[in-house]
Amino acid sequence: MRRMMLAIVALMLLALPAAHAVQPDEIMSDPAKEVRARELSRELRCMVCQNQSIDDSDAPLARDLRLLVRERIAAGDSNSQVLDFLVARYGEFVLLKPRFERQTLLLWLLAPLLLICGGLALWLQIRRRSRNGADVPVPPLTPEEETRLARLMSEEPRSS
Amino acid sequence: MIAESGHYALVLALALALIQSIVPLIGARLHDAALMNVARSTALAQLLFVGASFIALVTLHVNSDFSVANVYENSHSMKPLLYKITGVWGNHEGSMLLWVAILALFGGLVAAFGNNLPLSLRAHVLAVQAWIASAFYLFILVTSNPFLRIANPPIEGRDLNPVLQDIGLAVHPPMLYLGYVGFSISFSFAIAALMEGRIDAAWARWVRPWTLMAWIFLTLGIAMGSYWAYYELGWGGWWFWDPVENASLMPWLAGTALLHSALVMEKRNALKVWTILLSILTFSLSLLGTFLVRSGVITSVHAFATDPTRGVFILLILCVFIGGSLSLFAARATSLKQGGLFAPISREGALVLNNLLLTVACAVVLFGTLYPLAMEVLADYKMSVGAPFYNLTFAPLFTLLLIAVPFGPMLAWKRGDLLGVTQRLLAAGVAGLVVIAIVWAWTRGGSALAPLAIGLGVFVIAGAVTDLVERTGLLRLPFATALHRARGMPRSAWGTVFAHAGLGVALIGIVCETTWNSEYIATMKPSDVAHVAGYDLKLDGLFQRQGPNYREMIAEFNVSRDGETLSVMTPSKRSFTTRGSSTTEAALLTRGASQLYISLGDANAEGAIAVRIYHKPLVLLIWWGPVMMAFGGMLSLSDRRLRVGAPKPARARQRLQPAE
Repeated sequence: MRRMMLAIVALMLLALPAAHAVQPDEIMSDPAKEVRARELSRELRCMVCQNQSIDDSDAPLARDLRLLVRERIAAGDSNSQVLDFLVARYGEFVLLKPRFERQTLLLWLLAPLLLICGGLALWLQIRRRSRNGADVPVPPLTPEEETRLARLMSEEPRSS
Repeated sequence: MIAESGHYALVLALALALIQSIVPLIGARLHDAALMNVARSTALAQLLFVGASFIALVTLHVNSDFSVANVYENSHSMKPLLYKITGVWGNHEGSMLLWVAILALFGGLVAAFGNNLPLSLRAHVLAVQAWIASAFYLFILVTSNPFLRIANPPIEGRDLNPVLQDIGLAVHPPMLYLGYVGFSISFSFAIAALMEGRIDAAWARWVRPWTLMAWIFLTLGIAMGSYWAYYELGWGGWWFWDPVENASLMPWLAGTALLHSALVMEKRNALKVWTILLSILTFSLSLLGTFLVRSGVITSVHAFATDPTRGVFILLILCVFIGGSLSLFAARATSLKQGGLFAPISREGALVLNNLLLTVACAVVLFGTLYPLAMEVLADYKMSVGAPFYNLTFAPLFTLLLIAVPFGPMLAWKRGDLLGVTQRLLAAGVAGLVVIAIVWAWTRGGSALAPLAIGLGVFVIAGAVTDLVERTGLLRLPFATALHRARGMPRSAWGTVFAHAGLGVALIGIVCETTWNSEYIATMKPSDVAHVAGYDLKLDGLFQRQGPNYREMIAEFNVSRDGETLSVMTPSKRSFTTRGSSTTEAALLTRGASQLYISLGDANAEGAIAVRIYHKPLVLLIWWGPVMMAFGGMLSLSDRRLRVGAPKPARARQRLQPAE
């Protein structure tokens, strides 16, 4: 089960956008650290843009933040330390993936809750209906429909 | 004069819509055919007047009449003719006018081709359409009049935002609106059914073609918007989970669910209540999308608060229509009887699962979009919800959905045989596994799960093909017989095959692009060579050129592979003088379904320029998939069975020829 969860989480990571506005002079000399910087950049919001990560954005602020992230990484911070540092400075607003907290509980639990509730409701419905049996008859035709039906029937080609 | 005529035509359209809102309903009450038929005339007349109003605005833009505020703010006399026309809907007022024009078009279509609808149903449907139309005409006339004059007309206009001066964005909004607004028809049908208290399988048969049409346009509109963002915004991203994109994705998800549940209702007379609810929700989400995009609430809650007239007006429309329709639904839904029993494992069951997953996915997007707004307004807590959130929540739901997709069309109605279907899908499953193994062995780097996702995509495509093979008996019967059967197969069955295969195609494109995208970011001087994914790109030089309303700097790249010259790529950077802004025109080189992508950054004093070069493997599949899906939709729409309201030449001929 744990492995499957990991698998699903990893599968989601695939879908991370690979789009960049990184400038040539920002790139770190250590490729492993640069990869970490890029991963972190995708999770951080450019606060003056509309819903862009600092990795995508051309804004000067995004560049400052990218450099700041690289500075922290160069100073030996772990990924979560870098994120903590930025949240302390700019608030939760800077995170594109909200943390799992009291305020975001509903947001994160929505999908599983809905799936479970929906599935349960469907299951109960099917059980109830299979117990109640029999098809409900279709509603009877209105007088207008009766006349229309009669007309259509009389229009039926008499030869083939 | 043209502006005043356009304005007046819109006022007349409002008057017609008000008549159409009330008179047909009175007619339906009194069983008066003449009063009910008023709706037909008013709907056609509305189309005429709104059309005239829209053409008036287009004419003003083409003539560059800067005495009209809307033209002054969004046009420029030097702008190419195409963008003068498309600039009409590149701004708030004009795009709302396009919105109502399309609404009137759909109303007119129902009026013109709805001859075989029961008279009172048509009267109800058109009346509901008129309620929506009245609300939006009022909105335009009161808060967003595109025909306002300026007392002292300026000599030159302020030009259209340069990123909007592009063919992709010329076509994208009309497509999207045809989708958004098209769902108003199924909404009106749902409300009409609730008001009349009658709903049956025939209802679903009437609604499905309209829903399908809206869905096709929305699919193409979203795909086109995504491709536009990909080549125009200059960093090669194609989906950003931006609230504006989400606003179009939500009706698409709900609309896709609606298409499938209407199928159950049409074939098996089941899921009636749910289908009605989905019709209401789909259009409600379209309205919500219009509100989110048009009120500016997304850009900033504070901007919304400082100029709230428009936002509050649309919010009011939103509350009245969504609240009203849901209340009506709550009051009447219980009177709608459920029919058509089915076992959990059946075609119906599979379609219910499809609906469950699509609805939950839609709810996730809705929550992700609105949650930060709600938290800021209610709890003063500023937070963001971006791509990483959706990748973790939306993607698993779609993975489940895709696993289930091949099973659905192969299960029998009422009671299916899951084991049997699994056996029949064995070949497709094996194909998926083989591809997983091959991809695993051949590629390096990227997530270990990329091959699995590609295998899933192959499974979906192979599943669609298996369905086709079984229906035609391709492997069992002689080829000629199979061909005959393929020709005789209902178009809607072909539609299913294409639409489902399109999902798999898009998935493969998405996975390949995100996993094996290679990039090269550097500052290059003329005659420098970049090596990207086996290609050599040599920067030949930089040139300046003057366009109609911009200056551009062009870089010329000579692209070669193994010493053999393939092509010349010319990315450029345009500066628009009037707005003082610039755009990046990326250069694309298509090789099969893969693309090389070059976009330019800033040049420095020494004549070097920052460039970003990407190689995006199989990236075009991302858009070929939706195009296949839309093609499937069109096939299904052309199915004889669904051509409700189309002229019936066969019957006309019968009348002319005397019976023997």
